[in-house]
Amino acid sequence: MNYKSSYFILTCLGFGFAFLYIPILSMVVFSFNASKLVTVWDAAHSPTLKWYYSLLNNEEILDAAWISLKVAVINASGSVILGTLAGFGLARFSQFRGRFTLNAMTTAPLVMPEVITGLSLLLLFVALEQLIGWPAGRGITTMTIGHMTFSMAYVTVIVNSRLATFDTALEEAAMDLGARPLKVFFVITLPIIFPAILSGWLLAFTLSWDDLVISSFTSGPGSSTLPMVVFSKVRLGVSPEINVLATITITVVTLMIVGVSLWMSRMAKLDKAAV
Amino acid sequence: MTTSGGALVKAAPWNDPNARPYVQVDRITKSFGEFKAVDDVSLKIYKGEIFCLLGASGCGKTTLLRMLGGFETPSSGKIFIDGEDMTGVPPYERPVNMMFQSYALFPHMNVEQNVAFGLKQDGVAKSEIQDRVATMLGLVKLGDFAKRKPHQLSGGQRQRVALARSLVKRPKLLLLDEPLGALDKKLREHTQFELISLQDKLGVTFVVVTHDQEEAMTLASRIGVMNQGEIVQAGTPSEIYEFPSSKFVADFVGSVNMFEGKLIEDEPEYVRIGSDELGATIYVSHGISAPPEATVWAAVRPEKIFMSTAAPEGTDNVVRGAVQDIAYLGDLSIYLVKLPTGKVVRVTQPNTSRHAEAITWDQQVYLSWDATSPVVVTR
Amino acid sequence: MNTAGYMRRFGVTGRGLVVVLPYLWLLLFFVVPFVIVLKISFSDIDLAIPPYKPLLEWVGKNSLAIKLDFNNYAFLFTDRLYINAFLNSIKVAFISTVLCILIGYPMAYGIARAKPATRNLLLLLVILPFWTSLLLRVYAWIGLLKANGVINNVLIWLGVIQDPLTMLYTPFAMYIGIVYSYLPFFILPLYANLEKMDWQLLEAAEDLGCKPWQAFYKITLPLSRNGMLAGSMLVFIPAVGEFVIPALLGGPNALMIGRVLWDEFFSNRAWPVASAVAILLLILLVPFMMWYQSVQARESAGAR
Repeated sequence: MNYKSSYFILTCLGFGFAFLYIPILSMVVFSFNASKLVTVWDAAHSPTLKWYYSLLNNEEILDAAWISLKVAVINASGSVILGTLAGFGLARFSQFRGRFTLNAMTTAPLVMPEVITGLSLLLLFVALEQLIGWPAGRGITTMTIGHMTFSMAYVTVIVNSRLATFDTALEEAAMDLGARPLKVFFVITLPIIFPAILSGWLLAFTLSWDDLVISSFTSGPGSSTLPMVVFSKVRLGVSPEINVLATITITVVTLMIVGVSLWMSRMAKLDKAAV
Repeated sequence: MTTSGGALVKAAPWNDPNARPYVQVDRITKSFGEFKAVDDVSLKIYKGEIFCLLGASGCGKTTLLRMLGGFETPSSGKIFIDGEDMTGVPPYERPVNMMFQSYALFPHMNVEQNVAFGLKQDGVAKSEIQDRVATMLGLVKLGDFAKRKPHQLSGGQRQRVALARSLVKRPKLLLLDEPLGALDKKLREHTQFELISLQDKLGVTFVVVTHDQEEAMTLASRIGVMNQGEIVQAGTPSEIYEFPSSKFVADFVGSVNMFEGKLIEDEPEYVRIGSDELGATIYVSHGISAPPEATVWAAVRPEKIFMSTAAPEGTDNVVRGAVQDIAYLGDLSIYLVKLPTGKVVRVTQPNTSRHAEAITWDQQVYLSWDATSPVVVTR
Repeated sequence: MNTAGYMRRFGVTGRGLVVVLPYLWLLLFFVVPFVIVLKISFSDIDLAIPPYKPLLEWVGKNSLAIKLDFNNYAFLFTDRLYINAFLNSIKVAFISTVLCILIGYPMAYGIARAKPATRNLLLLLVILPFWTSLLLRVYAWIGLLKANGVINNVLIWLGVIQDPLTMLYTPFAMYIGIVYSYLPFFILPLYANLEKMDWQLLEAAEDLGCKPWQAFYKITLPLSRNGMLAGSMLVFIPAVGEFVIPALLGGPNALMIGRVLWDEFFSNRAWPVASAVAILLLILLVPFMMWYQSVQARESAGAR
């Protein structure tokens, strides 16, 4: 196989990646800008870390970040459990009643516009509260439920597609050697698909951490998440602190993604070699 | 017929009606919807055998093996192993182990952990596990590789780990699904003999699934030829080869020239078959049981046909033809000889001498064979 | 031959347990809510908490009456605002999808044809923005596009223009924002498809007399159809209902249905109207979702 690409393709790649990365880099650069005008570079006083200090002393943002973190962690963990169960069921049980429905219910949230999901969840919570008194008001619990509903769909897809390439002979071999089905799952299946589950967790965390629309519908007073605070600030115009927040986010995400994908390409090599 | 290429089961218990079978498959059927993957199969396998299930892909051999392992449940029928009914017993409770076609080595465990896995499930004491694993790894010559992960091993080494893992529990029965399928030709031949000697040493009964007739011939004490979910013939390799019971078996195992004809003389000591296809009569020096005037087929193996430029004596079992094609394979040559009837006959001749009298393209030759050579089948 | 055989025998109860939890969850929190939305879309606006009248009312002593009210729907069809918003959303989503194909196809192709090591790096670069907050990335464009933003500053500094261009709060800004945000969603499924492609097919086509662009048009393009369709759906469907991008980049005149729904709900507290908008949007999108699912099913069936 030859890996030669034409100049046309290379140019497209160049422009494409420039398009993807210039906005991100501009936020990083201007996060060190001293001027309050954000996009006008104040060469005399820059670079500076003053907006970093100011962000770290911004109670509103820190409180919102703390709420976002709580929601994201609970959401990711719950989604991984539900999504793994659903993905396992869809991949392994060729026929069961409701298979079609489950499949549809786990695909639809991937493409469903968030305004619809958000609105419908809110109306459900309101109706439930009228009917059985739970959930009393809205806040972290209702937001987490909302996030889990669409995050688990992503986890399901990841786990399902990982299991599609899983050699079922591995499970049969374990069973043949005397392990019962439940033990086979925990000793063989789970360790082997662990990278997929981990990426599912990270994805669910990120989806929740970034979500604005569903949070806005399902949150209550005093439970504003970080995106909600950012959104209300951004509506009023650009703010240097948001650049700082973006820079921190980008750094953390980059480190995490690079680390995880290095680790995973190592795992994938093990996996490929063993099949 | 007790000669056998593979496992030597001295007494040939399958000829003794009073011998107790070790594995008994009793009228097993497995349907997937309308499709019958295995159709009313009965089988007796005796202790210490290497029994090969031979057939093309999709013939049901793997399904039958998986039912022995407990991975599929028969739609009807029963399976007994060592006198116990195993039909509904799950794989993890059967005294049976399986070597998978893909080997199915656990990628996240090293060689030692892979081999020890089955013993751990049985709660065997740690020190005993260590001993047995070490012994087993020694037996398959992998003692130095105990700490390696599967991806650090060669194909042949992985195959031996899989074998060790399935043998370490001392199963009553070992099932092997295309055990040598993933190895290249040279390694495969070598491993065949290793497998036989290991089986001999441990005395475990093997059931092997393979599509490779050479592999079946080398390994097996007996072969069961399968077609469309049925066992069409079971017997020792030489029985299968020399006395195929049907056109299918004759054709599937080895290559054969098949001549259709009608019985014209049917005596207890001999038969004579008139074949338009051959353009001659075929004389066979044993009687067969078929109604008179019945359509029969005489099967003659290519290596049992003599080829000469001078006319042999007699008129039975002799035809004349022209050499149409020659394939030189080194140890032997294949000749395709076209008869006046249009039928093409395949003949193999060993290349015994370097400067043999060369038969070339388009040359007229005589083909003949002994009266003991043809096998007559009626279906 | 799969594991279903022994699962059927030994895991009947376990198997039910595996599926029942996610099943019930999605039923309760994904399907039932739609029923409630449907219900509320038929009820009257009320100045109460919650701001709608119940659908079931006691009429007299013992009889329940269902009051179906189509007023909300009628209202949506009489006021040009809503129809325009729907049409505009479809137009914006469609153009954005086409733009994603034009930009994303060569990128996915280039990545799929790169050396394996480079390929992984490039793929990582596509995925990375996707993991960073959408809100922050859209925000970045405000800084780039506004009157005293980076692009205008650079252009003035270069002497290309004297006065800043108006880019922010225009349809142009909205398209940039949508394409920018959804590009990875298009590239990834297409890449997954192209990666499985046997490139020897192209060599065979060229060997048989095709020029490279003909080989691309006759071989690569048809074979990558499913990947392209899946990617397009992943852009088109959410883009129709997009809220954040029009709200931040599109300015007050950017009429998108997601934004209309948001405003009806949060600003006007017209829950029944918002519900009716949601139902209509859903009816509009369900065929595309089903199409997406069937494309996905075909794609994974082909992969096995």
